[in-house]
Amino acid sequence: MTTVDATAALEEIKKLVGMESASASYLIEKGHVRRFAEAIGDPSPLFSDEVKAGQSRYGGIIAPPTFLRNCPSGPFPQPIRSPFTRALDGGSDWEYFEPVRPGDTITTVQKFSGVEARQSRLGTMMIMSRETRYTNQFGQLVAVQRSHGISY
Amino acid sequence: MAATLYWDDVKEGQDLPPLVKKPTTQQLVKYAGASGDFYPIHYDKDFALANKLPGVILHGALKNAFLGQLVTDWIGEHGTLSKLSVQYRGMDVPGDTITGKGRVTKRYIQEGKHYVDCEIWLENGKGEKTTPGSATVILPSRSGE
Repeated sequence: MTTVDATAALEEIKKLVGMESASASYLIEKGHVRRFAEAIGDPSPLFSDEVKAGQSRYGGIIAPPTFLRNCPSGPFPQPIRSPFTRALDGGSDWEYFEPVRPGDTITTVQKFSGVEARQSRLGTMMIMSRETRYTNQFGQLVAVQRSHGISY
Repeated sequence: MAATLYWDDVKEGQDLPPLVKKPTTQQLVKYAGASGDFYPIHYDKDFALANKLPGVILHGALKNAFLGQLVTDWIGEHGTLSKLSVQYRGMDVPGDTITGKGRVTKRYIQEGKHYVDCEIWLENGKGEKTTPGSATVILPSRSGE
C-alpha cells in the first residue's frame, strides 16, 4: 500500500502546468541515424543507404519518425517532481511537418501541458502530459510530440 | 524501393500488410544505446521485478517505432507520415512475437492533399492488443495533384 499523499502533490504539480523548458540543440549525425534504424530493426534504405536514399524524393538519408526521441528538451526552470518513484511511458501523439536529415540541427523545447491522477491495478497513478516542439536550423517546425508519462 | 502506393487505390476497411517483430533483450539494449533511454526496467531484470513488473519490458518508444515502420513500409517513399499516435496499454516482453497490424478507417481530400487515416496496433503472441494507435498519411494521387 502506498502512503503517498497524491492529492496534495497533484495540487502542487498543477501549479506548474504551462511551464516551458529551456531549449536544447542537437546536430543530427548520419551514423547515429543508421544505428537507431538498426536498433529498431527497420531496414528501409531511406535511413541507411546513401545511394538509394539519394535517388529517392528526399535526395538523401532521413531519420525514422521516432528518432526525435533522441532530442530531449533542456531542463524546466522548476523541477516537476512526482510523489511516485516508478515510471512508465503512457504514449505519444506525433505530428510531422518536415523530414529530419543528418546535418540538421534540431532544437527542442517542451511545455508541461497537464497532470491528472487515476486509479489503476498498480495503485494511484499520476499522468503528466508534455508537448515537445522540434525545430530545425531553418526555423521550420519539424514535429510536435504530445507525450504522457505515468508514475506510480 | 517498393512500388508507389496511390491514394486512389486505397479502400476504407482495407488491412495494412502486417509487420512481425521478435524483440530480444539484445534489441532492448541496442535500443537503449541508440535512443539514450537507459531506464533500467528495459535491461535489468531485478530492477524490473522490484518495480512490480513481470521482468524487463519493451521500451514504449520502441513499440512506437514498430508502429512507425508498419506505416512507412506500407506507404513507401512517396507517402508522407503526417500523424502517428500510440498508447501503451499493455506491456510487451522480449521473446514474444509482436505483430503490427492496421486498417484504413478514412480516405479524404483536404486543402488539395490526399489523406488516409488508419487504425494501427501491436498484438502480442496471444493475439492481445497491447498497443493501440492511429496514423494519418498523405499519399500521391494518380491525377498527379
